[in-house]
Amino acid sequence: MARPPPTKTNEWLLLRNITKVYGSGQSEVRALDGIDLTIAPGEFVSVMGSSGSGKSTCMNIVGCLDRPTSGAYTFYGVDIARLDQNQQALLRRHYIGFVFQSFNLLARTSALENVELPLVYRRIHARERHERARAALALVGLEGRERHTPAELSGGQQQRVAIARALVTEPSLLLADEPTGNLDSARSEELMQLLVELNRSRGLTVLMVTHESELAEWGTRVVVFRDGHIIDDRPGQGAH
Amino acid sequence: MLLSTLAMALREIRRNAMRSILTMLGVVIGVAAVIAMVTIGEGATASVTNDIASLGEKLLILMPGAHRRGGPGVAARPFERLDAETIQRQIPGVRALAPTASKSVVAVYGNQNWSTQVNGSTPEFFDVRSYQLGAGRLLNEADERSARAVCVIGSTTKKELLGRAKPLGETIRLGRTACQVIGVLQAKGSSAGGMDQDDLVVMPLRTFQQRIAGNRDVSVIYISVREDRSTALVGQQIESLMRERRGIAPDAEDDFDLRDMQEISEMVTKTTGVLTALLGAIAAVSLLVGGIGIMNIMLVSVTERTREIGTRLAIGALAREVLLQFLIESIVLATMGGLTGIALGLGGAYLGTRSLSLPFVFAPHIVGLAFVFSALVGVVFGYLPARKAARLSPIEALRHE
Repeated sequence: MARPPPTKTNEWLLLRNITKVYGSGQSEVRALDGIDLTIAPGEFVSVMGSSGSGKSTCMNIVGCLDRPTSGAYTFYGVDIARLDQNQQALLRRHYIGFVFQSFNLLARTSALENVELPLVYRRIHARERHERARAALALVGLEGRERHTPAELSGGQQQRVAIARALVTEPSLLLADEPTGNLDSARSEELMQLLVELNRSRGLTVLMVTHESELAEWGTRVVVFRDGHIIDDRPGQGAH
Repeated sequence: MLLSTLAMALREIRRNAMRSILTMLGVVIGVAAVIAMVTIGEGATASVTNDIASLGEKLLILMPGAHRRGGPGVAARPFERLDAETIQRQIPGVRALAPTASKSVVAVYGNQNWSTQVNGSTPEFFDVRSYQLGAGRLLNEADERSARAVCVIGSTTKKELLGRAKPLGETIRLGRTACQVIGVLQAKGSSAGGMDQDDLVVMPLRTFQQRIAGNRDVSVIYISVREDRSTALVGQQIESLMRERRGIAPDAEDDFDLRDMQEISEMVTKTTGVLTALLGAIAAVSLLVGGIGIMNIMLVSVTERTREIGTRLAIGALAREVLLQFLIESIVLATMGGLTGIALGLGGAYLGTRSLSLPFVFAPHIVGLAFVFSALVGVVFGYLPARKAARLSPIEALRHE
């Protein structure tokens, strides 16, 4: 898939009046209630909020894992609502990397093979796959651990493998859903440093969901959700 | 993509080696059962038809006495040489025939005794009964005309009676009659009934009647039908001719029995064929059960790997790629089971046919069919779980505990 023509910065990723409603009638839940959000390339956006605030729903919509009930989402100038399921999958494959709270690595599968997985779906040849996966693992500081399975790695290392897997396709947007949720504070800090480093040196746009305010401050921008609304949108410590 | 998906499936199967083996076991047993049953069945059919063919090609056997299973036979009036000559003359479908009389006699050579079947017959006997000459010569017309005291012996008789002695020209005693061995027959093996067909002595009919039987009776007429004629039709002609010659009233039953070896052969083939098909069908049911086993495990596997599927979908796998992955996994499981089953089934059939002393008949079409069928089992029973996997919503799959 060829990269779409560059768009004006302020049109790169746009959410306009997005709502997401679960259920109907009495049991209707408005997870998102008219969200407007614009993200520019190179930003490190921390999305804050307590559970049920709608931050994860928003992230799923940005990641094309979920569709909004109403409102417009454009990415690279493309109206995402008009893409079918396969096209959305291809969009994820080529432009978006995911990091999950629980790592979601394939068990009993080496770190290298885990990182290669997205490249398999992109029909990259084995040799190039190995090279790129090795390079991605080196980037997250896991040289020499290529043959280790998740069970043989610590939590912090597993999350680094997951980041390497997200980065190996060179996505333009990295979505991280509570990436430090299963890590102790020292590992959390190391991981945040890695994400900031990737954001600064490679211009990788990061959208990170968290409920810890200290972690949110690592971002260049902090967006706070409550009850399906954005109640705050300000620069973070990382902006300085 | 297909190759890398295949590699992925193989890795997945290796990752759960024990479970994969247990899953395959159903198909392994099913396929092995099909292969073993059918191969042994074909061996049995081949064995029986070989035995019947070894009696002689397109052979009719005419015997006095009604053939009644279970009941007492009708008093048998024997045939005479003229019956055979009349059949030969009047029924054009007859290629050759051999009027034969026989008696169980103790043969003596030196200090060896051996009880054997002595047949008096015409020179056509060997042709009609498909005996080949091993050494020396067969009986000829001159032997018959002059009622010479000569005989041809079977290989078993030769071994038991003469041991290692050179048989040709030796004189053996049959009861009170001495006769000279002029030929030895090639071995034919045992018949369908387990009778040794190589334990016999054949002498000219005239000699037999004069010196051993002391009468002119013919106890059986072996009739070979021409290649281009139907044995059933020729059989009917012989039957009506014999009824006429023996003066049987139209409403009376035959007092002789005509056996059509081809008919018996066909009947046996059909019976064993039906039996083979039946056993094969039972075995196929077990293959089906094996398929259900695969479906069961694949469904469990899909549930167990829901998060993995969610991850794959999130990083950009298409629904059809997930479908293909699980489908290939189940096909690989089923075909691996099929191949193992084929190997085991052939091995089992080999041992089985050996212990039953049947011929081992390799049936490539059954092996091919079993392989295709096992792959099909993989497709059919893998489809439902694979579709279930492909239809998962990525968010729900990722949230799955």
